[in-house]
Amino acid sequence: MNEERLHAYIDGQANDEERREVEALLAGDPNLAARVQAYRLQNESLHALFDPVLQEPHRLHVPVDQHARWQRWGGMAAALVVGIGCGYLARDWLAEATSMPPIAHVAVYAHAAYVPEVRHPVEVAASEQQHLVAWLSKRLSTPLRAPALDAAGYQLLGGRLLPPTDSSDPAPIAMLMYENAQGRRLSLLVKRDSTNRETAFRFAEEDSTRVFYWIDGPLGYALAGDVSKEELQTVAHLVYRQLNP
Amino acid sequence: MAFSAADAEQWIPRLRRYAIALTGNREAADDLIQDTLERAWRKRALWQPGSDLRAWLFTVMHNVHVNAVRAVRPIESLDEQALDAERALPSSASAESAIVLSELRVALTRLSEEHRQVILLVGLEQMSYGETAAVLEIPIGTVMSRLARGREQLRHLLAREPQPAGLRRVK
Repeated sequence: MNEERLHAYIDGQANDEERREVEALLAGDPNLAARVQAYRLQNESLHALFDPVLQEPHRLHVPVDQHARWQRWGGMAAALVVGIGCGYLARDWLAEATSMPPIAHVAVYAHAAYVPEVRHPVEVAASEQQHLVAWLSKRLSTPLRAPALDAAGYQLLGGRLLPPTDSSDPAPIAMLMYENAQGRRLSLLVKRDSTNRETAFRFAEEDSTRVFYWIDGPLGYALAGDVSKEELQTVAHLVYRQLNP
Repeated sequence: MAFSAADAEQWIPRLRRYAIALTGNREAADDLIQDTLERAWRKRALWQPGSDLRAWLFTVMHNVHVNAVRAVRPIESLDEQALDAERALPSSASAESAIVLSELRVALTRLSEEHRQVILLVGLEQMSYGETAAVLEIPIGTVMSRLARGREQLRHLLAREPQPAGLRRVK
């Protein structure tokens, strides 16, 4: 089968004759039909994912006024100076952060990224807990449980999937978010750990975010929150006990 | 006659949709578009009256992006971009479709940018293969091979499902 013709068919860029030819082929080849269906679904999902952008307000415009351009260049020069400064800071920060394992590092910045989200802190809500746990288990290729942290006053808000930390370690990361009655949130990250060891709780902090991380057999964990070290430790022990009854 | 500012501005939502999908980062996308509009306006005499303004703006954006990526690459990590993408985009009502879209969002970040560009221009922007080739300034045969390879990679990334024993996805 001519691959180009197949894509032209999917993208509506084939003529009538080519279309009939592809359809005849698909009718007799279920594998090919499934592949075409998967490609079509990709296009549909791209629209579902990104079409909402078309309706969003924005403040972009054509800079007809040339003065605006020069102001912008001035602004950019200032931004560049700040950027270089930040680059230096980030370099130090990264150098420091490399002593943390990737999961603890991801916990700090994923926590910072999602906790302030009011509407979409999680992708799948706790009301769909069974669905959420099954999905994340499947993606981590290991059975996963969402520990109940009610004893510490925290309830599951939901979860999401984070991309792998780097190309050398392609395991995706599950992120569960918990919230207490005061609206304070904790993030629990879980990832498969190939070292398969047991470690003690380790502690790190980055600005106001504190993180406990540990490895428990096939899984690595990191619990991050903007709470006191003592409170976080209590919850970390609770997580551990919940998962090792 | 060259185009007016309003002619160009009507394409901003389309430029944004593509730029956000490509970079996975709203701020980077808006910076890219602002630079594109600036450059397009400065170079407006180069636009052929009567030709497709949208395609021309996408070409300008592509060139601006190529330069910007070259300048910025060492600082930005893909993980941070991917996180931004997740944070920035709306999630939909049902858990099932939220999951499918979330998988796609993560999978897109795993593709090379060359593949992502072609998949987005064809699949999202619905450009013809010829237009896509013109925007990216590559031969149409390269568009086709990147499209085929990119879609197949995406299919594998989305279908990768080693099921742990005893666990089934709840429908």
